[in-house]
Amino acid sequence: MSVYNPLATNEPPLVQPRKPSGVLRNALTLGRTRVGLALLVLVAGVAVFGPLFAPHGPQDYLGLLPNKGPAPGALFGTDHIGQDVWSRFLDGGREILFLALASTILGLAIGIAIGLFAAYTKGATDDVLMRGMDVILAFPSIMLALVVIATLGPSYWLIILAVGLTNIPRAARVTRAAAQPIVERDFVGAAEAIGVPRWKILFGEILPNVLSPLMVEGSLRLTYSIGLIAAIAFLGFTPNPNGADWGVMIQENYIALSVQPWGVVLPVLAIALLTMATGMIGDGIARAAAGIDRLRSAE
Amino acid sequence: MTAPTVTVDKLQISMSGGAKTVIVDDVSFEIAPGEVLGLVGESGSGKTTVGLALLAHCRRGVEITGGSVRIGTTEVLKMSEGELAHLRGGLVSYVPQDPAAALNPALTIGTQMREILEAHNFGADGSARTARVAEMMREVALPDDPAFLKRYPHELSGGQQQRVGLAIAFACRPRVIVLDEPTTGLDVTTQAHVLSTVRELAQAHGVAALYVSHDLAVVGTLANRVAVMYSGRIVEIGPVLDLFQNAAHPYTQRLIFAIPHLTGTRELVGIPGRAPAPARRPPGCVFAPRCSYVQDRCKVALPELRAIAVGHQVRCVRAEEVRGQMQRHAAEVARDERAAQAAVLTLKDVNAGYRRATVVHDINFELARQECLALVGESGSGKTTLARSVAGLNATWSGDIKLNGAPLANAARNRPREQRRTIQYVFQNPYGSLNPRRTIGHIISQPLELFGTHGADADKKVAEMLDRVSLASSYAHRYPDQLSGGERQRVAIARALVCDPQVLICDEVTSALDVSVQAAIVELLGSLQRDLGLAMLFVTHNLPLVRSIAQRVAVMSRGRIIELGPVDSILAKPEDEYTRRLLSDTPSLEVALETAESV
Repeated sequence: MSVYNPLATNEPPLVQPRKPSGVLRNALTLGRTRVGLALLVLVAGVAVFGPLFAPHGPQDYLGLLPNKGPAPGALFGTDHIGQDVWSRFLDGGREILFLALASTILGLAIGIAIGLFAAYTKGATDDVLMRGMDVILAFPSIMLALVVIATLGPSYWLIILAVGLTNIPRAARVTRAAAQPIVERDFVGAAEAIGVPRWKILFGEILPNVLSPLMVEGSLRLTYSIGLIAAIAFLGFTPNPNGADWGVMIQENYIALSVQPWGVVLPVLAIALLTMATGMIGDGIARAAAGIDRLRSAE
Repeated sequence: MTAPTVTVDKLQISMSGGAKTVIVDDVSFEIAPGEVLGLVGESGSGKTTVGLALLAHCRRGVEITGGSVRIGTTEVLKMSEGELAHLRGGLVSYVPQDPAAALNPALTIGTQMREILEAHNFGADGSARTARVAEMMREVALPDDPAFLKRYPHELSGGQQQRVGLAIAFACRPRVIVLDEPTTGLDVTTQAHVLSTVRELAQAHGVAALYVSHDLAVVGTLANRVAVMYSGRIVEIGPVLDLFQNAAHPYTQRLIFAIPHLTGTRELVGIPGRAPAPARRPPGCVFAPRCSYVQDRCKVALPELRAIAVGHQVRCVRAEEVRGQMQRHAAEVARDERAAQAAVLTLKDVNAGYRRATVVHDINFELARQECLALVGESGSGKTTLARSVAGLNATWSGDIKLNGAPLANAARNRPREQRRTIQYVFQNPYGSLNPRRTIGHIISQPLELFGTHGADADKKVAEMLDRVSLASSYAHRYPDQLSGGERQRVAIARALVCDPQVLICDEVTSALDVSVQAAIVELLGSLQRDLGLAMLFVTHNLPLVRSIAQRVAVMSRGRIIELGPVDSILAKPEDEYTRRLLSDTPSLEVALETAESV
């Protein structure tokens, strides 16, 4: 194989940088994105509108034996203290979905701001910020979240804060990496030359150019947040111990798995589908942004 | 005449897949041994595609759909992959535009030169190959000692890298060599060396060379014959002297008028409009929509390539008339003399650099109202650093820069709003200076909003500005990636001028553009400068361009201004040795033609 390659050119690729809206539209033409979106709508629909269709209250005792299999009046049987599994399942998704969304948004917002600022200022500020991010990254995210929650006690805002915190460094890294080449482009210099305020340069000039990788990162962070929040609930940290919550349900019923599996299977299935859905959407966006499928179809 | 080494006949190249849009059509030419054929065209004309076809290679998404390419008597397009591997680098070799991208950064240049010899089984054994490598190095005027061969590409200058590229291309004694704009990224002095090396090697070894370039001056200096391509077809082909002196195709003529001249002060004239995309070529003559000689019959049928002199063929129905018009255009424009004006910008003992390194030393000059001062120098001379310092984009400078008598702060951020408005900067690369996520209207109105014009007033001003730079007002809703390079640069100029500055700094604003577009941009800048009374600092490496736009010129070398004065006297009688060398190394069409005539 000859290593000298005179046919290598440095001319810009024929594929233009895509606008975020165009990336989303392209992503929607991919099978994986559509399946992911359908799953997401399904699970989110169950979580949001489920309580309206629940035959019983989440904490109602049905007068049946605990850990009883499916029976008339109890579609998927009862749980470890005789509550209706189906009703608790329909009721338990709202919380996890809300917490996951809120902590992802929080983590992304702070992470993006830090990443943009670090990429733009460069030098010592960049180093200090990113080493700080590395320190947070050095802790396993579940440990970090547990330390915070176990110390201060579980409450909604604390869970959001703790899970959000674990999202910050990853979002910051991706943003910084994507923003670094953009910062060097002349249009940023053009804005500086006429004195556009720093925050406007960060969010008006640079941010729109890094949205594509951030959309991918966002769906990935959502996936991890869902898992993390379910895990925290499974470990027993929830502001509402008697309430229904998919993570709590798994913890409560896993001992009776061989007798009455539905109490575990339903929430596990929902969480699995949810993470798969966000993962597939993220993958679809990533492929559309990279133009992988487009190039394949062109050949 | 000896049998040609290369015969290209009715070559057709199309996009692969669905539509099969024809990119290059009906291209035929021959190259004799030892001859250099210049293939000239603007970006998108298909010249590189034709060059690669000589190696039976196509870029991704493109395929050769017809015609033949023969080397000697062998048909290249019917070869198998194995035969082609033997052909490429052996019989036909290629010198790319950017040697830095083509050389492997992880291998020494010695290794890479031996590799090509080994791949083609050139030389009997290791010692023969080593001898051949040393011989090649001497032929391209590089040191042949082992220490130099152990260097990595990044340890070489751009000119040295390109000469290594040449050495590799000539290593296996090819019969044909394709050079794809090999001097585009190089300084004029280095370019002059590389060009003379190419000429000597081609002549000494009887190699047929195809020199692909957009630069007519370079081709005029180097080539024996020239083929001009427009929108995928050869529109004119002929001996270099006859073609440039008696250009018979309107496009060739306009292209020649668009070249800045080193000696005369002929006015630059751009070509209006732009070349059509392959899928949108009109029926009939493709140049017809932009042609000033157009007649109804031009739009009906595609003119055939026909001979109008010995070896001179043209694809134009009115070639004889067009040819007669060539001389008339040579009228010179009178240099407009202006009364001395008050200085807007004053630089006193300015030193500038980045980090801890000082690269610009002791700069003193004044820039008057309505004056254009050209800052000329090779790459690394510090001209851009100086320009960026004046604009406040580079804050690492010391000394005094005064704007209307008031000192300027180092960074733009620390300057008062009025000063930021007064000095505007146009960047070199229009592909990087416009935010791809914003509409043109938004980009132009950004400075307006910053300096306090909003809403309908701003929209009106944007429309006005678009009109001034000859763009339709509908462009306000487009995105930069929907515009050509020249249009983008017009937008960048509109953005700079929208808030009525007094000083405009242009940093190599035409170096990323085609000659005809460059001429149009220079035309535009000249008229804007006159109309608006702008003081302009025009940074460029292109010496001939200076004449067309500037009244005074400052020549920079190694961070110092070595000569400063009126353009006419400096270009005619340079005092400094460096300026003289710069002038003599700059390829110029007139000089090339004079030499060709005297031979």
